[in-house]
Amino acid sequence: MDPKGSLCSNNWARSACLTSPGNGLQTNMSSDPSPFCGVRVEAPFKDFNQPSTNQSLLMAEPNKDIKISDIENCPLTDSSSQTGKLQDWDPNVMLNNLSFLEEKIHQLQGLVHLIDNKKCQPFAQPDALVTQEQQLITADLTSIIVQLISTAGSLLPSVRHTLANTSPLVSQLSQLRGLNLPFGSGPSGGIQPQNNNVNKVFDQSTQNDVPNNCELEQNNMEEHETKDEEDVEEGENLPPGSYEILQLEKEEILAPHTHFCTICGKGFKRDANLRMHMRGHGDEYKTPAALAKPHKETGSEPKLIKRYSCPYAGCKRNKDHKKFQPLKTILCVKNHYKRTHCDKSYTCSRCHTKKFSVMADLKTHEKHCGKDKWLCSCGTTFSRKDKLFGHIALFQGHTPAIPLEETKVPAVPTDLDSKDNTCDKVGNMNFCFGSNPPNENEVQNIMDVKGNIDDPINYFSSLNFEGCNFGGFNEFSQSPFEDSDASFSFLMSGSFNYAPKPGGESTSDNL
Amino acid sequence: MKKQKLLHPTMDHGRNNPFDALSEELIFIILDFLENQPSSLKSFALVCRSFHSLESRHRRNLRPLRSDHHNLTRLLTRYPNLSNLDLTLCPRVTDPTLNSLAGACGHALRRLDLSRSRFFTAAGLTSVVVNCPNLAELDLSNATELRDAAAAAVARAKNLEKLWLARCKLVTDMGIGCIAVGCRKLKLISLKWCVGVGDLGVELLAIKCKDLQSLDLSYLPITDKCLQSIFKLQHLEDLVLEGCYGIDDDSLADDVFKQGCRTLKKLDIKGCQNISHVGLAKLTSISGCMEQLILADGSPVTVALADGLSKLSMLQSIVLDGCLVTCAGLRAIGNLCISLRELSLSKCMGVTDEALSFLVSKHRDLRKLDITCCRKITDVSIASIANSCTNLTSLRMESCTLVSQEAFILIGQKCHSLQELDLTDNEIDDEGLKSISRCSRLSVLKVGICLNITDRGLAYVGMCCSNLKELDLYRSTGITDLGISAIAHGCPRLETINAAYCTSISDSALISLSKCPNLKTLEIRGCVLVTSLGLTVIAMSCRQLRRVDIKKCYNIDDSGMIQLAHFSQNLRQINLSYSSVTDVGLLSLASISSLQSFVLLHQQGLAPGGLAAALLTCGGLTKVKLHSSTRFMLPEQLIKHIEARGCVFEWRDKVFQAELDPKCWKLQVEDIMPHDFH
Repeated sequence: MDPKGSLCSNNWARSACLTSPGNGLQTNMSSDPSPFCGVRVEAPFKDFNQPSTNQSLLMAEPNKDIKISDIENCPLTDSSSQTGKLQDWDPNVMLNNLSFLEEKIHQLQGLVHLIDNKKCQPFAQPDALVTQEQQLITADLTSIIVQLISTAGSLLPSVRHTLANTSPLVSQLSQLRGLNLPFGSGPSGGIQPQNNNVNKVFDQSTQNDVPNNCELEQNNMEEHETKDEEDVEEGENLPPGSYEILQLEKEEILAPHTHFCTICGKGFKRDANLRMHMRGHGDEYKTPAALAKPHKETGSEPKLIKRYSCPYAGCKRNKDHKKFQPLKTILCVKNHYKRTHCDKSYTCSRCHTKKFSVMADLKTHEKHCGKDKWLCSCGTTFSRKDKLFGHIALFQGHTPAIPLEETKVPAVPTDLDSKDNTCDKVGNMNFCFGSNPPNENEVQNIMDVKGNIDDPINYFSSLNFEGCNFGGFNEFSQSPFEDSDASFSFLMSGSFNYAPKPGGESTSDNL
Repeated sequence: MKKQKLLHPTMDHGRNNPFDALSEELIFIILDFLENQPSSLKSFALVCRSFHSLESRHRRNLRPLRSDHHNLTRLLTRYPNLSNLDLTLCPRVTDPTLNSLAGACGHALRRLDLSRSRFFTAAGLTSVVVNCPNLAELDLSNATELRDAAAAAVARAKNLEKLWLARCKLVTDMGIGCIAVGCRKLKLISLKWCVGVGDLGVELLAIKCKDLQSLDLSYLPITDKCLQSIFKLQHLEDLVLEGCYGIDDDSLADDVFKQGCRTLKKLDIKGCQNISHVGLAKLTSISGCMEQLILADGSPVTVALADGLSKLSMLQSIVLDGCLVTCAGLRAIGNLCISLRELSLSKCMGVTDEALSFLVSKHRDLRKLDITCCRKITDVSIASIANSCTNLTSLRMESCTLVSQEAFILIGQKCHSLQELDLTDNEIDDEGLKSISRCSRLSVLKVGICLNITDRGLAYVGMCCSNLKELDLYRSTGITDLGISAIAHGCPRLETINAAYCTSISDSALISLSKCPNLKTLEIRGCVLVTSLGLTVIAMSCRQLRRVDIKKCYNIDDSGMIQLAHFSQNLRQINLSYSSVTDVGLLSLASISSLQSFVLLHQQGLAPGGLAAALLTCGGLTKVKLHSSTRFMLPEQLIKHIEARGCVFEWRDKVFQAELDPKCWKLQVEDIMPHDFH
């Protein structure tokens, strides 16, 4: 027990050096579990994350080791659990905030009084001026409300995400910080520097993965893999200048992950997946508040609408194009860029002819591919029989193509087929994880196979786990495994209930 | 010379053979005349090797009896110039058979009939279609297992002109689409009961096969969508839309018919109850040369409907079977300024004397008239028919029970051209028969359930109607041996006789019938006096015998069967129920290679072993009807084996039925029959 304890404190000591004074403050509260949180944030990156990104994926387990050992080594955990919720509460900060609010309210009061007096005068002001004033008041009021909430929110960890969104700068970080540092200190204005600091650390650790970790990208990666957004936006006719044009670099667009675990550094496409993943790092991430979706911006301050430009020169979506048509969201940018300017690297596993550059497109196609496909002898497929017959009626020599297996009794139902496919993919996936980082596309491929497969695969494959020998941590390999197994079991649909594949072996080999 | 080479080397007198003087061409011309007489051709071929080879090379048509692989292969190598191969008697044609057939026939084959087999697949068809590029006609009816792949195989027959796919239920639009694209020369296609084919397939067919003349779409789930394309066909003459319930008045939009296929001659909308006179008028408006309309089981025959037909100046035949008929409607049809040749009012409700009399008085050139079960008509109608339609060749008036005996005398007096007369279940008596016997061209006479006729009347028929080919005396119990004898003497061309339940006839009737060498069908159900002797005589003399029904002939036993098996090598069907035949008889019957079907119900003394042996021996069986109790006596595997050979079992669970008194039977039947008048 003792060596582990020292290890933890070692870790902590190192991380403490890196963390901001804000965090340092917290260190003093030794009875509180939050210091260990700091360990969780820093340790993996510091200790293991230097060599390569993909190794960091394997860190999840050792991290948990730390956690377990932490709990074991801290008899105080239980006693302090009651205060757990209020761990971030700092009377000093609170007092500052309250007085700031008080001042603000007074200012506003004065303003309203002024307006009220004006109204009583016989000569009414021009309308424009009145509305301007009203807007001013509204803005101030909103700001006060937000401040109030943020102050109150410091008492509740779950609310913290909301407030951080008040200013654009904070909001960028909040996505990172809110998720990466669920137990970070209170997010009120005064603590902003600390957030920045953490962000830096984060950037360092993940530079391999996301070279220019653009703020905008992070901000908007609320990923919903809807493919139509780009088209939906098509009809939009915003006058030029009525929106702010943002342009991401190619590398940013093609980055596979946008959400990263602050503890183990593992990347995710969706924040929801990250939240699921976080649950494996401890009970504190399992609270409904921690699992809840971070609230969107409350729309406090009137902002310019953001629109995006494609970095590809000459593209119609590029801001330099004559008839520039902006893209609506980051996701649109991603999908547009992949579809238009990237190789179509995903081939349909059913027909082996159709290719896609966006995984969602492939999935949509595969859903229908082979099923009720109306095929012409020329190779053209139709989703509807009448379309096929219209085509055949139109062209000489074209004839309906009868599927070969038609005469035979279908031996394997299509469902089984698809299941096999997924298993294959999973096998591949394991393999890729183990091998040296493949080119970017392939990585994407792996990640995209199934959104939530990222998590279970790492935890589920005991080979992966055992392949990592991290000194003292290794002793605890089994218990976290079980733990995570339980917590992630719901993520695994039936088709993923397989024993570790040979791919897993190769993973460990490569390690 | 070629012929000499073919002669047997040891035949020294071959040089002196007088037939050597005949050139091959001459002999072929002679053989052309024998085309319809298979036995003569057989005799010719058996004369000598030379003739045998000549006949082999001359033969164009073949209908093999057995389909076992070796047999068929041998046959096909013997006849190298076959152009028409009819495999309807082969219940089991498989892919290997089709392969060898394709190899043997090659370019000569133009017509292939596979309508009775369902054991071949797309592979066999592909082989046929590839090896026989001149194939123009293909009948695949009843191939219920065929799928689109087979249709795709058929589509490779580029020269196909006629294709029958009736009851190919698993073929879909895709298969028909292939055929439409592949067989561009198609003139006739029958898709009856191809329930998997819908608008799209039919539409494509109409778009791609511009030469279509005949289109049978019976019972297809089609709607008006495909009609537009169909009516653009420029050569369509025959359109069958029987039972197409998806087509109705509303869907028959006017613009469908703008293009107009003006060549349409025959339209069949039997059972299309959703097409009223409005739709019919639209349908018929397009073609000026409509000749035949089949409106059976459709909408009521009213004035409006008749008016719709007024523009069809070429109309010759109307079939209104089963329709509700109004007097005004019939009169309106009578008033059409055309001269009908054929009219069928079978089972029409509402046909009255007055209307029918008026109608026939206007259409004096009627050749065929069917008033079966028009139960309201009386002598008045018959008198008008006889007086007006003297050219009548066919009159069917089964169950016109109100018509009196005198009316039939009138028919005989006036309608001398009658060739077919159905008087089943009527009041006709000997005098009537005497009168009808004047119709010297009569070839089909049905006087079943005519309880008033006796031997005397039949004697007149026998004396005068020497062309009689078919005689039905079912349950006409007044007939005895004498009557049959008179027929047998006077009608040497008799092919079919039904004397079922004429309980008075005995062996002597059969002995006299043995003078009819063409006898093919013999039904003597319930003729309890007939013994094996009579049957033996028939078997010995009537070598053409195809169908025999000796149900409830309790006195016929194994000896009759042994003789039958020995002499009647052409026997196809036999009903042995309730007779005294045992295993021995059955086994000997099984030796008849052409036997296809037998019925065995309530057979005493039949051991399962015997039945099993008979079933195994009889390789050509296609249908066997047995009592369901025998099913458990036969090993399941045997049943499966027989079924795999192409035989269909019908298991009947009929209780033993004692014979009823004939009068009593008729009353019973009348009780059961629906009465449409009260």
